[in-house]
Formats: sequence, structure tokens, C-alpha cells
Amino acid sequence: MSESKGGAAWSVVLIGNPNTGKSTLFTALCGVRQRVGNYPGVTVEKKVGRFELNGHAVELIDLPGTYSLAPRSPDEAIAVDVLLGHREGVQPPDAVLCIVDASNLERNLYLVSQLLELGKPVVVALNMMDVAQSRGVNVDVQRLAERLGVPVVPLVAHKRQGVAELQEVLRKALAEAPKGDSSPARRHAPFPEIFYNELEELAKAWEENGNPRPPRFLLERLVLDPGGILEKTWPGAAGSKVRAAVEQARARLAEAGHPVPAVEAVSRYEWIGRVLEDVVERPAERTVSWSDRLDRLLTHRLVGTLIFVALMIVVFQAIFSWAGWPAERIEDGVGWVGEQVATRLPEGPFASLLVDGVIAGVGAVLVFLPQIVILFLFIGILEDCGYMARAAFLMDRLMAAVGLNGKAFIPLLSSFACAVPGIMATRVIENRRDRLTTILVAPLMSCSARLPVYVLLTAALIPPTPIFGQWLNAQGLAIAAMYFLGIVTAMIAAWCFRRWLFPGETPPLVMELPPYKWPSLRVVAVRVTERAGAFVKRAGTIILAVTILVWAAASYPRPAGSIQRIEHRYEPLIAAAERAGETARATSLQQQRDAEIDAAVLRGSLLGRAGQWIEPVVRPLGWDWRIGCAVVASFPAREVVIGAMGVIYGLGDEQNEQSEPLKETLRHVTWEGTNRPVFTIPVALSLMVFFALCAQCAATLAVIRRETNSWRWPVFAFTYMTLAAYMAAFFTYHGVRWWLG
Amino acid sequence: MSGLDRLQIGQRARVRQISGTDGVAVRLMEMGVTPGAELQLVGKAPWGDPLEFEVRGYRLSLRRSEAARVEIEPIG
Repeated sequence: MSESKGGAAWSVVLIGNPNTGKSTLFTALCGVRQRVGNYPGVTVEKKVGRFELNGHAVELIDLPGTYSLAPRSPDEAIAVDVLLGHREGVQPPDAVLCIVDASNLERNLYLVSQLLELGKPVVVALNMMDVAQSRGVNVDVQRLAERLGVPVVPLVAHKRQGVAELQEVLRKALAEAPKGDSSPARRHAPFPEIFYNELEELAKAWEENGNPRPPRFLLERLVLDPGGILEKTWPGAAGSKVRAAVEQARARLAEAGHPVPAVEAVSRYEWIGRVLEDVVERPAERTVSWSDRLDRLLTHRLVGTLIFVALMIVVFQAIFSWAGWPAERIEDGVGWVGEQVATRLPEGPFASLLVDGVIAGVGAVLVFLPQIVILFLFIGILEDCGYMARAAFLMDRLMAAVGLNGKAFIPLLSSFACAVPGIMATRVIENRRDRLTTILVAPLMSCSARLPVYVLLTAALIPPTPIFGQWLNAQGLAIAAMYFLGIVTAMIAAWCFRRWLFPGETPPLVMELPPYKWPSLRVVAVRVTERAGAFVKRAGTIILAVTILVWAAASYPRPAGSIQRIEHRYEPLIAAAERAGETARATSLQQQRDAEIDAAVLRGSLLGRAGQWIEPVVRPLGWDWRIGCAVVASFPAREVVIGAMGVIYGLGDEQNEQSEPLKETLRHVTWEGTNRPVFTIPVALSLMVFFALCAQCAATLAVIRRETNSWRWPVFAFTYMTLAAYMAAFFTYHGVRWWLG
Repeated sequence: MSGLDRLQIGQRARVRQISGTDGVAVRLMEMGVTPGAELQLVGKAPWGDPLEFEVRGYRLSLRRSEAARVEIEPIG
């Protein structure tokens, strides 16, 4: 081969409609090694893989699935930018690989028709040949290639049939292609003559302005997309002369009976009709396939809804409880490692940093993995077999009531178990505004980490007064009310965000319902590892950093004086107990001493001081500084508040929601210097309401950062949730106090 | 002459035109709902919305409000 191994890598862009097996082809070409990141400034994921063609490296850029290249939002403009080589940091592509569904050629060729205008070498991968054949659809590949003027390779990507042929065709196309952007636009002309005349006029107006002639594709889009992203952001289009010329061109086209924007779809589908004539052979009688029959059942008003509910119960149960066992094993494992390290290292700040900071932080990341893996296993299967779109179809009416999309249902449901996988699952929502709204309200669903907080406070402080006989008591009602509060707040918040934060027309549903198929294990496995890996790498580092920072803030500065005083006080007592041979008493004294030291350290630390400092702020909620301190300390994760209260009240850090001493203590704590109890029913409820709505979860904020590719949204989520939590806690405290008299 | 949202399950119709030039109209046309295209209503979601159509050999789901933008004429 003439290509040298050291030469610059060929750059190929992979593009195609959703549900065409694009990820399968990507994996078939590149394997599972890929770099996943984000394009700066947008939420679009950037996925790049590498493979070799006869020793020549190829970089494959995977673009998100799309039906059209018409850019309507900054996110959609990415595809056009990358294809034209206008995206910074992305090499201009040497060729475009477009994957199309052979069983659904008519709509798939719409995108191909747009790609042919880019002036780049295009290779069409005709995937799902097996599906087409099983439906009696015959495609004359030879003739299709002739009509399109580009190579067409039949493919069954999930069985890896045709992949070698595709690589060979791609290699040829790349070797023959002129390097760079110099190849002239192919004479692919789906539009009426007058349209091209107008483009020519426009190009002239452009040159008269002293600008070089822009790519034909961009000029086309400028004319075809009224109010589109190009009109707003393309510097070249800003001149009043160009603007007027565009308006005139549109007016003349409308006069000639080719109004913008309809002219594009009409012309392209007419062109597709001509291309496909005698190329696709369909059975004369439309057969009812098993997919059709299954669809009737799964989208049936009653049966379909019941199946959906049953499926969702299984999914929810899986992430809520099945994930518990592996999560506990991970916690045990991390705890064991921590102990091993602690016993081998001399006690001191370094051991504490390693055990309570680093190892605990790694544990805080890994503990999410079971939930993420299980949820994405389900989502992967549901997506790959075609059910995901049906779930959105069934739930759309319900979600539309609060201005969301049917696709938001599964992410929000998952968030009742944990917002972290829930937010990661919002990827199925293509519309940016819909997706951001869903991401921002997802943490309001009461997740499993809030449950221990609810359980502890209700068990300790709310009397089990029966309300509906033995069916429901005040404790049960209080916990149910917290879940309800989260849902109602999420609905209000979603409505507000749609109204003020992301105003504009409701994004259309217009959604393809792909035919059902058996899910491919490989595709599902790749998706699960991809998600889990991305979480550990991108969100995990943030969670780890936060855990270490909070550990430091809770440990320093150390109140050396108080520690010494406590030690001096206990020393003679312990010594006396030991001398008397009362080992049990000595051990218990030692534990008491350590717990008192822990309390003193937290109290004197940065975090403890912050808790005392914010006392005026939390007073109106009925809290004393110690509650404020525990709440501040629970920033890494809500359930930490229980351990933090244990430490503050001098019980040590091993307390959980079932702990009787902690419940007992809570009932008897008094305001400092008085005998007025701190924890009354209004205080318990105000604290629970606060935890129902607050964003005390570093992992959630880290995942929002990762998914939105910006710090703005986690900061916003934290602010609005904390404000909402504060206000709700305030009204709860005063409302309940007034109500109880 | 009526909107696509008025179709009965199993009924077929031909698109006459789509009202408006906004994102929804363009999206509909990109997905193949262009003047002259034939559609069939194959099903409805539990609350009668959204609707499931067959167009150009594939299944497309539209909200009622979106389907109402498509003006149709009966076939045959």
C-alpha cells in the first residue's frame, strides 16, 4: 500500500437517522475504544473512535442521530459545522459515511439528499438488509448507487455482515478523494431550476460585498431556513444587502409556486421518488408483520398501559432494591479497605485524609454504579428493541400536562430511586429545552437517600396517631406527604421553567416509532459500559474532590485546646476503670471520649463554624445551630445528615436511621442553656420538608455538570432547590406550629 | 377537507397542505408528511393523544395539535 503509517489520520464523519443501527456500526468499525466528550458550549456529546484501513489510521466522528441537516438550534448546528469542517478542534472530514435503513429508504434518503450537497465524498451504508428482506422489500443496490452517484454497501451491522466490504469501499473513496475541502459540489440538484438561479444571484450579492463565495450548502440553508440559526449567527448573513437579497429570493420563489420552507421537503421527496423508482420492490399486498401485531398490543389503551405499568414497576423495583445488595457489598468493601489502611497507618491527619477523604470518596462514587448499570441495562434493552418510543408515546399526554415530553417519564421515574442515573437517562430527550427542564426537576423526586432521613425523623418525633384506622397513621402520612411534595414542586418548577427559563413554542413530539426487533446484547453491553465509564470518569472526579474538600472542612482547624481538655477529663476515669479490672467500662469510657472529641472537632471546624454562623438564617425554620451544622455537613449526600447529627450530639459517627440511641437523643435535646426541646413536631416536619426539596447531593450536581457541560446548571439547580426548600420549610414550621396551637 | 386529527383508526388520507412555516411544519415535512403523501391512522395513545400514523412505509407519532396542522383529503 502506498499510504504511510505515520501520515495524518483520515477523518470520517458517521451520520444517519435515529434507529438505523449507527452505534452498532460505530462499534463494529472501532470496537469499544472511543473517546467521549462534549462539544464546548453545547450539550451535544462528541464521540470519536479510531480504526485502521490497510495501515492507514482513520478517525471516526460519530454525530448524533438526525433526520435532517437543517439547523434550528445551536445543538443541531454542530452537525453542519463538523461536516463542513467549521468546528474548532475537529479536523475537516475527508469523507462522510451515512448509514441508512434499507427497510425505510424513502425517509432515510432525505438526509442523504442533503449530504450530497456538501461536496464531500459520501459512502452510503445500507443497513438492516435482513429486516428489509424479511418484509419482502428488495433493493437493487447497483441501481441505487448509480442513481445516487456514490458507493452503496449493503450491511447487516449487528451480524457484522458487509463490514469488511464497507471498509474496502471507504478506503477507496478516501484514497481517491482530494485532500481538504477543494472538491466541487456534485451536480446533485433536487430543487427546481429557479432555486439554483436564486442561489447564484445570492452568491453574486455576496461577492459584491467583498466576501469570498460561501459553501453552496450554507447559502441554501440561509434561503431555506427562515428564522433559522444561520440568519441569527452567521456573520456573513448580517449585512443588510445580503439580508434583502435573501428576502427577495424567497419572495420570487413563493411567486413561482415554490414557497420556502415547503420547497425543500417537496423537492427532496420528489427527487427520492425518482431515485427509488424500480430500485425498491415491495410486496403488492402489505403484510401485517409480527412487529405490527405486537405494536397493536403494546400501544393498546388498556393492555398496553397495563404492560407499561408492569414494566415500570420492574424497572423501579430493580434500581430501588436489587441495586441495594451490590451497593451494600461495595460499601462493605470500601469500609474494609478503609479499616485495613487505618490499622496499618499511624493515626493522624494523613490516615484520616486517606480513609475518611479519599477512600470514602471513591466509595461515594462506586456506590452509584449498581443503579447506573441496572437502569442502563433496562434502558439499553428497551431502546434497542424499539419499546422506548412506545413508552414515550403512551406517557406523552400525561407529561405534556406539565409541559414536558413523554420521553421524560422514565428519567423522572428512575429519579425516585436516584437522580444520578435518572439525569443520565435524559439523553433520550433530543430537544435541549425539554431535556434541561427534565434534568432540573429530576432531583425533586424523593430519592432513596432521603428515605432514611424521613424514617429517622418520623420514627423519633412523629407519634403514630391513626388517621384511617389501622391503614394509615400520622407517620405514614408524613412520609407519603414528602413524596407528594416533591412531585408537586417538580410540576410547578417544570411549568415555571417552560414559561420563563426556556420560553418559546412547545417542541413538537413528531416521533418515529421504529419496528420492534430483538435487542442486540452487544449494543446493550456497549451502552452500559459507556455510561458507567463516563460517570466514573467525568462525574466521579468531581464527587471525589467534593468528598475530600468536605472532609477537610469538617476536620480543620482542629480545636487542640478542647481536645486536650476532654482527654484530661477522661484520663483518670479510664485509668481507674482499668485498675479496677472493669474492661467493659473502660472501653465504653474510651468510646464516650472519642465521641466527645469528634463532636468538638466538628464544632470547631470550618464546617461547624459555618453551621454556627448561619444560625440566624436557620432559626426561622425552628432549627438550632447544631441542626444547621448537620445540614451543611450533609452537602455531599443527604443521608450524611444522620451520621452528622450522631457526631454533633456526641454519639459517634456510626449512627443510622434505626439507631435507638440517636432517636432517644433527638427526643431529649434542648436549646442550649434552656430545657426547651429542640426537636418538636414542627421542627421535624420543617427538616423533612427541607430535605425533600434541597439539593444536598454532590453526585447529582456533578452529574448535572457532566450532562449539561456547564457549571451554570448545577449552580442554578442548587440555588433554586435550596431556596424552595428553605421557603417550604419556613411555611411548614410556622404553619404546623399554628395548627397544633 | 379536514385536519389529520379527524381521521378514524384504519382510515387513509392524502395530505393537501400543512399550515404555517414554523419548526413544527418543517419537521413534519422533513419526516415525509408533504403535500401529496398518503397517511393512515393506525392507533391512538390511552388518552386519545398522541396518534400513530403510517407514512412512507414507517410509523410516525404526532400529537393531536400537530396533526391538526395537516390538511387532508380522503382517498378514493
